[in-house]
This record gives sequence, C-alpha cells and structure tokens, in this order.
Amino acid sequence: MTQSALSPSRTTSLTGMFGYTFSPVGMIALVVILFWAVVAIFGPQLAPYPVGKIVDMDYFGPISSKLWLGSDYLGRDMFSRIIFGARYTLGIALAGVLIASTSGVILGMAAAVIGGWFDTVLSRFMDAMISIPSKLFGLVVVAAVGSSLPALIMTLAVIYIPGSYRFARALAVNVNTMDFITVARIRGENTFYLAVSEILPNIIRPVLADFGLRFVFIVLLLSGLSFLGLGVQPPLADWGALVHENIQGLSFGSAAVIAPSIAIASLTISVNLLIDNLPRKIRDRSA
Amino acid sequence: MSKIVEIRNLRVEATTDSGRRIEIIKGIDIEIAKGEIVALIGESGSGKTTIALTLMGHTRPGCRISDGSILVDGKDMAKLSERERSAVRGTEVAYVPQSAAAAFNPSQTIMDQVIEVTRIHGLMTPEKARERAVELFRALSLPSPETIGTRYPHQVSGGQLQRLAAAMALIGDPKLVIFDEPTTALDVTTQIDVLRAFKSVMKAGGISGVYVSHDLAVVAQIADRIVVLKGGEVQEKGTTDAILSAPKHAYTRELLAAFEPKETQFAEQPIEKPRPLLEIENVIGGYGPIQPNGLPFIQAVRSVSLSVQKGRNLGIIGESGCGKSTLARCIAGILPANAGNIVFDGKELDHAARRRTRDQLREMQIVFQYADTALNPAKPIDDILGRPLSFYHGLSGKARSARVEELLDMVQLPKSLRYRHPSELSGGQKQRINFARALAANPKLIICDEITSALDTVVAAAIIELLKELQRELDLSYIFISHDLSVVEAICDEIVVMYRGEKVEHLTREDVKAPTHPYSKLLFSSVPKLDPTWLDNLVLEPELVRQYGGA
Repeated sequence: MTQSALSPSRTTSLTGMFGYTFSPVGMIALVVILFWAVVAIFGPQLAPYPVGKIVDMDYFGPISSKLWLGSDYLGRDMFSRIIFGARYTLGIALAGVLIASTSGVILGMAAAVIGGWFDTVLSRFMDAMISIPSKLFGLVVVAAVGSSLPALIMTLAVIYIPGSYRFARALAVNVNTMDFITVARIRGENTFYLAVSEILPNIIRPVLADFGLRFVFIVLLLSGLSFLGLGVQPPLADWGALVHENIQGLSFGSAAVIAPSIAIASLTISVNLLIDNLPRKIRDRSA
Repeated sequence: MSKIVEIRNLRVEATTDSGRRIEIIKGIDIEIAKGEIVALIGESGSGKTTIALTLMGHTRPGCRISDGSILVDGKDMAKLSERERSAVRGTEVAYVPQSAAAAFNPSQTIMDQVIEVTRIHGLMTPEKARERAVELFRALSLPSPETIGTRYPHQVSGGQLQRLAAAMALIGDPKLVIFDEPTTALDVTTQIDVLRAFKSVMKAGGISGVYVSHDLAVVAQIADRIVVLKGGEVQEKGTTDAILSAPKHAYTRELLAAFEPKETQFAEQPIEKPRPLLEIENVIGGYGPIQPNGLPFIQAVRSVSLSVQKGRNLGIIGESGCGKSTLARCIAGILPANAGNIVFDGKELDHAARRRTRDQLREMQIVFQYADTALNPAKPIDDILGRPLSFYHGLSGKARSARVEELLDMVQLPKSLRYRHPSELSGGQKQRINFARALAANPKLIICDEITSALDTVVAAAIIELLKELQRELDLSYIFISHDLSVVEAICDEIVVMYRGEKVEHLTREDVKAPTHPYSKLLFSSVPKLDPTWLDNLVLEPELVRQYGGA
C-alpha cells in the first residue's frame, strides 16, 4: 500500500490505543458485565436484607425508599433477591459454558484433524445427543442424581457440548483444507500441534462469538430448569426462577417481574455485544 | 474524433482501519475515443481495477472518489445519483469480471442470466433478447449457440463461461465495456479463443473498451493504446506499438524486461551420469474410491516416470487439469501414490508422507501456489519461519532468531518484517516468506507448484531471479511446475510436458525450441508474444486444436 501524508491527524477517540481499536459499544458492554461480576462476588455484603426474609406486609409491593425494587409474591425484598441471584445465574452459566465450549472445541478440532473413523463415530454420537430434548434430559438427570450445583452445571454442559462441537468442527474442517495445514502435516507435525497452534488461532473469533451465544442459552435453560424445580433450590433463586415465581405480578405491573428480566437481558445482551466488539488489532501501522 | 470517456484529474481515497486516509489514485487523466480499446496495465495495487470501476461510478467499500470528473458519454459518473448510475450500468457501460465462474449464479440457466440486463432495464421483449443473445453467442464463436443458453454454468468450460460473461455485458448494447483481467485465470490454449472472440466482437460493433491486465503480451494483442500505471499514477501512455517498441518510462522498461527472461548460464551437463537425486517410476495417483485393480477411480497421474539430477532443475508444464499438481503431491506424499516407486537420494520413499522419516520430509520441501493460504494468517512471520527451525533443527532462543533473520536476508526481505502477519505483506513478499520457510528446513529438493502464477510479471521475474541465486549458493534442485512456458524456460534444465495425466514429452534445453509431440507444439505456439500482430497472424493447425485445444 502506498503511503501518503495527506492526513497527519489521527482520530483521537477510544480508537487506536495500544495498537488496538476499541469500539464504544464493546466498552459499555464490558462495564455492564463487570458490574454484574462485582454484584455476584460481593452479593451478601451488598444486599440490604437476607434472601428469604419476608419484609413487606403486602405482596408485589411497589418500589419505595425501603424496598428499591418492590417486593415479590411473598413480600420478600426483590433487590436483595436479585443480588443473591446474580451469583447463581452468573456462576452456573459461566461454569457450564466454559465446560461445554472447551470440550466441544477440543473434540471438534480433533475430529477435523484426525478425520476418518474417529470423526465419523464422534459426529454420529454428537448427532444422537442433539436429538435428545434438553429440558427432558435435564429432568432425567436431576431426577436420577438429585439437584445439586455440580450436577446442574454438568447437565447444562453436556446439553451444550454437541452444539459447540458441531460449530467448532465445521470451522476447523474449513481451516484444515488450507495449504498451511498441508505444509505443517508434511513437516511431520502431530495432531496436537496442528489443532492448537495452526487451527485454533484461526477459529478463535467465531468460537468466542459462539461462547457468548451459548452463555445466553444456558442462562435461559437454567431459568427453565429452575421453574421446573430442578435448578437452584428455594429460598435461593437465580434470575430465571425470580421471573417465573413472580409471573402473576405481571398483571399488577409489579417490578418483581420486570427487574429480574432486565437483569437477564442486560447481562446476555452485554455478553453478546462484548464478544462481537472485542478490541481489534490495527493492521495499518504506517501512520 | 469524439471521445466516449474523459477522465480528468481523478482522485480516489481509501480509509484505513485506523481512520487514516490515503490516496490510492492520484490525479489521473485518461481519454478513450469511440471504438478504441485502451489497456490499463500495472502490477497489483497500481489502481488499475479501481480506475476501471470508477467508470461505472463504483468504488470498493472504504473508498470514495474525492476529486475529478469521469465523463462517460457526456455524463459525469462521479456526480450521478445512485439511481441514475444504475440506469447507465449495463446499458452504456458494462463489465466483464476476472472470474466468470464467480459471476454466474449456479442455479439459473445461462440464458436467463445473459438476458437479465434487458429485463432489468426494460430494453426489449424476452423473445427479442433471446434472439440477440444467440447472435452474440455466434459472434463470440461459442459452440452450439442455439442451445448453449439452456445449460447451467457448471456445464460449460471456463473459457466458454468467460465468453458468456462477455455476451452478458454486450447484450445491452453498451458504448463501453470494461474487461477486468478476463483471461488471467485461463490456460494459454483457451486464452487464444477468448481473446479472438473479444477482439472480433468489439471491432464489429465499434465498441470502446477498457482492458485491465498485468500481462503485457495479452494486452498487445487487443489494445489500441496502453496506459501504464504504478502507485495510482500514470507512468506512461501511448499507442501499443510505441509502448512496446520505444518505452520511455523506467517502469515500462522493467515490465518489458520482466517479460523476456534473462539468459542465464546453466551448469554444464555432467559427462558421467551421477546418481539422480530423485527418481520416480511409473507413478500412478488419483482420487476417488479404489477399484478392484488397486487403482483409484479417477487417475490424475497415469504412470509417469522422471528423474531429477542433483543441482539441476526439472520443469513440468501443462494446462490446468493435466495432473501436474497431483504429481507434485504424489512425490511429496501428500496424496499417497497408488503405484510406482519414488526413490529419493538413493532410498526408496514410502508413498505416504506420514510414514516417511523426519529427515526424508526435511530434505524434500514443497512450496505452494497461493502464499495467501500457505501461510497461517494468525501467526507472525517470526513463528512461521521459526517453527521448521525448532522442529527439524532444535533451534531456540537466540540461535533461532538469528537464523530467522538470516533466512529473511536470503530471500531479500528486511528483518523488520518478522513481527508482521502475512496479511500485512504484499503478494511477492508473501511468496518469498513461503519460500524461506522451505529453505529453513535445509532441503535438497524444493518442489515449486506454480509459485509465480499468482504474481505480477515484474514480481514473478524477481522471484525467479532469487531462486536461481539461491540455487547457486545452496546447491538446491528444483522441480518447477507451471503452465507458463516462459517461466519454466527461464529456470529449468529439462522440461516435461504433461497432458491428461501422462508425460507426453521430455525436452532438454537444446530441443525446447522444437518440440515434436503435437500437444507440445500447440502449447508452445499458444504462448502470447509481445508482437501486436501475433494473434492475427497466428495459424494453429485445426486438427491439433480439435484434438487438444478448446477445453
């Protein structure tokens, strides 16, 4: 590319720090996620009331200076319940999605690089897994081993591994046909090097985007399982459960329904926005 | 003479991802008279396609016309609204893209796509449009013009598709047609048919044309005038004859010089025949399920034998689909050969690369055509060159870093490039890195698979010079695969001609001017010469063409 000294001044916004462009949308999303992370970690210190204590004589009480987000269907403080719920929603979903995406991506890349029988058998097995309805699977597992946090996390992870595997394998298969993989193969490199060093850096962006989407799915599925009574056990509740248990409040326009919904929406949308707007390296270095 | 196109002081600027503006076209003036064909020639990045696109009022994403006027038949394309521009496109200005295969919709018949322009602009009834299309097919000397329109794009060959793309452009009776490297992706034997068809149709219709290319010899056949571009500026313009016979600008001379490879001293043929470095015997390779006789369903390479002497080069030449790349893959073990022997440096090699020893793999390296896909885009050059060093030679830290710099030096690239990613390099630089990676293994034999085909003439010539120089220093042997005879001639001691998976002729330097096999004759005579009258005077034996040409 030809250099030209036409425009010496660079744009002086958030863009262009440390050789990366930062999008303002991504930054806002990051702030929201950090906010919820802080809430999740320091929840018990922040909450004004204990999670299960009935503090209001009325149910679906309005927003007041005492109860910042009103009260729920039993008269408990909604604000405290959301703060406590953050821990479960964020923690379970994050652990679940980490296990699901990591194992899915590793298996997907291995299938693409090794190919042959390994790929066929693994892919058909994953197809079979996809055909099981996720809620039903959750019901069976939790009914069999009982509801505990580790069981819940593992169930969520297992449900979402096949999707992640399919996605990563499709990407890796495309990269696998590139000449640089052929070059590495006839150099004599092993499968591990091919997957981790040659393929992974080329699929990491879409894989992260998928990670964000899957996080959202897990939050939603977790809410569903909680509704069925298989998720977080009362009196604790994750955000999805908060929406479900207060659903009758909808006709009263109660904040008890809207507030946890907003919490879920703000977290899931922020995760997606952040992943879509990760800092990009500036390729134009001639300036 | 009236002008159909007048470009005045055209400037186009692009915005980079750091928000910086750079000017990519820096004040260009071009005029085209009615019925004249003007060629825009220059290396990649010289702005030739950008200028051609502005004639339709189009710029690629991120670019904009910042100054100047582009008068096409009296209308300033830069100032028209988008709606007015789309009225002009297809009817007054038409475009023939480089890759017709990508320009056609695979799920519609050819006829529907060719007459689409007349439907969009409401030029004529579908029946009339079909008649007109058949006329054009005939004028472009397409086979069975009456029925070819009912086929789908995958049912015709690349050369035919390129002519059909021209028919698509011509159906709206444009005053100006833009050809964007229309023959670059074609074989030489096919290229002749396409060029002839274009030339006759343009002359018959008195249509003006802009022909974008980096191949001076092709341009010489079709253009009346040539504009030489570099870095977004006009270097030189003049009639084709003037440019070819008396180039004034240094860059034009360089272009011409690149076309005629410098004569080099080749090593004396050794009196006694030493043991060959590589010897392959009756190699058969291909694709598809294995048949009961142990051979693949489609044999791309049918029983080929050849040998390479130490320090000497073998060229393999043939049109696309002749099996030359498959042969290279068989030798390298990427596609295990189904039969035959491969003896390298006195030892028989396993057919599959997976079962060869690390040293055997190290001593034979392969360099691929497209440096874009052969270099991992996610890794810096340092890692790309460093990996074979640590893998084969166990180098690390300072020693490895010093060797990387040495390799960059060998391929004549600045040391600072090592921190860059492949996407930040030019095509020629990428190909040098690609080659340096093969050198990093300290090989005895390098298989070069069309390594200059994707490069401009000047850049390709520089790469060939580099290969020769490295050969002298490092005692290498090359197998050089190409469809371009002039490239192979420039570097190889012996040339093998392949056709449909078979070796049809083996030529030494002495008899390269006089091939005996009919296919070699056709192939060699189809290479365009710098002489503007070459195409008009070219007589190919019809029998030969019927048998081997016109894919």
